[in-house]
Amino acid sequence: MSVNLIVLYWNYIIVIMLMMAGLYIIISNQNFIKKLVGLSIFQSSVFIFYISLGKVSGGTAPILTGIEDTVYSNPLPHVLILTAIVVGVATNALGLALVVRIQEAFKSIEEHKLLALKKEDGLKDIQIEVSKEDSAV
Amino acid sequence: MLILDNIPALLVAIPLLASAVVSLIPSARIAWGIAFVTTLICLYMAFELVGIISSTQALSYAFGGWEPPWGIVFVLDSANVYLVLLVAFVSVIATLYAYTMLAREIAVEDLPKAYAVWLLAIASLFGLAMTGDAFNLFVFLEISALSSITLIALGAGQDRRALLAAYNYLIIGAIGATFYVIGVGYLYAATGSLNLIDITDRLNELGTNQAAITGLAFMLAGIMVKAGVFPVHIWLPAAYSYAPSAVSSLLAAVATKVAIYYFARLLFGIFIDITQLVDFFLLYILMPVSVLAIFYGTIAAIYQSDFKRLFALSSIAQIGYITFAFSLNSHSGILAGFIHIINHALIKGALFMAVGIFALGIGSRATMSSMQGVGRQMPITFAGFVLAGLALIGVPLTAGFISKLYLFKAIFETGNGFYVALIALSSVLSVLYLWKIFEVMWLKEPVQPQKIDKEPASAYLPVWLMVTVIMTFGVYSGDVISSGIGAANALIGAR
Repeated sequence: MSVNLIVLYWNYIIVIMLMMAGLYIIISNQNFIKKLVGLSIFQSSVFIFYISLGKVSGGTAPILTGIEDTVYSNPLPHVLILTAIVVGVATNALGLALVVRIQEAFKSIEEHKLLALKKEDGLKDIQIEVSKEDSAV
Repeated sequence: MLILDNIPALLVAIPLLASAVVSLIPSARIAWGIAFVTTLICLYMAFELVGIISSTQALSYAFGGWEPPWGIVFVLDSANVYLVLLVAFVSVIATLYAYTMLAREIAVEDLPKAYAVWLLAIASLFGLAMTGDAFNLFVFLEISALSSITLIALGAGQDRRALLAAYNYLIIGAIGATFYVIGVGYLYAATGSLNLIDITDRLNELGTNQAAITGLAFMLAGIMVKAGVFPVHIWLPAAYSYAPSAVSSLLAAVATKVAIYYFARLLFGIFIDITQLVDFFLLYILMPVSVLAIFYGTIAAIYQSDFKRLFALSSIAQIGYITFAFSLNSHSGILAGFIHIINHALIKGALFMAVGIFALGIGSRATMSSMQGVGRQMPITFAGFVLAGLALIGVPLTAGFISKLYLFKAIFETGNGFYVALIALSSVLSVLYLWKIFEVMWLKEPVQPQKIDKEPASAYLPVWLMVTVIMTFGVYSGDVISSGIGAANALIGAR
């Protein structure tokens, strides 16, 4: 039974594995570029999910052939995913552009180093305020 | 008439096209001029739409003549037409404000491109408010996310931490949007439709369906990220506090509100017939989470010394009020939620604008210690700021009072005194952080009197326009209330 399930739904199992792998990479990785890679894997798993949904077993590409009783796959999810891929590319491009700017501004793209630098910035703000108060006194 | 017939499409198309034009213009002033005229046109069209809806009740605009459920539709009814008007109004005011403010916070050569992204964000908000297609909504969601991330990252000229805030928003926002797409996939698998009205009909025929319920859960989770609902709000405080002040005021005012509107639409318009799930979600998840949001946001704001972050945290609490009103699952609850959507958008927009002017005046971030006595040196802005602050607390004669009044009315209907006490307590707590600000800015002696720039008229004029509307809605609240009633009627039926 369980083997049967795996054989029947192997594509969905792969979707789940990819999805979890992507999410895990996003959460666990310190490197900003690796996080974006994780995001890409996560998004790709959803693309495969949609494409699996649209596939009708034994169905062909949805092109009218004139032959009656042809089984077609559902083209709509595939078209939707075309849009989602474009969105994913845009997200990744913007993310990478931001990473470049972060590298320029902070000289690092490792999360733990950045958090330390961010804290330093915050401390600097406070120091500036304190020195202002001193000058007032 | 050709133009009048196509207003829903034009509301998105005109800012989109203008955005492409603006990005090619070298002069910042001309770019701003085009952006401002575009938002004015949008405001005019939004008023036209309100006129159409008040006579016809509902409007469905099918793109390219493809009839629903096959084609993409924009659906307008009394629930979202006022939201469109709100987005149009706030974007006019925010663009006016951007003329002085954005120019001082961003390098001049970047300004035309900034206005291009600005218009893109506005176009996507109109699309989000109007679309009746589940997948089309995802596209607008992503346009809105990418353009707001770019706008937030523009704050890097002032503070490099803006980049980190933008990157965090990108990652969290993308996960949220992908969750939403997974949900749409499940729903499509269950119903075979993407048209939201059609989905509702088909779900009724299906009855209880596991795939549809899973889909709903994913969609709600995704939208909650975008709306900044409490446990998944983490991108919000940093994003709003490091963005340029014009951007903060636009995004804080309307970007999350549009997502919240769609959240309500999903719960009450589309899935209300899956009663056991929606009831469970509202009572056992949304209500406790909203109460937590209200208290977390308010208490964190009390301890916050950075003004922009303080108001971003207070936004989380205010979003908590809205979702709390929705979680009451009644006509008066939705009414209260919608009134607060409108009022809070205006109030928070005005507050962020005023804080931006203060920060610019002293030339550094606005914090409790840098702001000492600044209120006395910038009295015009400060007066508007105080009025908006009073409205945030919910003092009578301001729009905030109407919000609180209807929220209390909705809670009294449930007969649960505990919640009345909780909301009253949180309102009292919100007095604390606003008093703290007032004390620092007005009662303390100025630190450096000579260094303050004069407040520019073009910057405080938008603040005062917002405040005028807030005060008007506090006294003549009929329009807001009737729009809220219209929204509640459209979502869960007239009662």
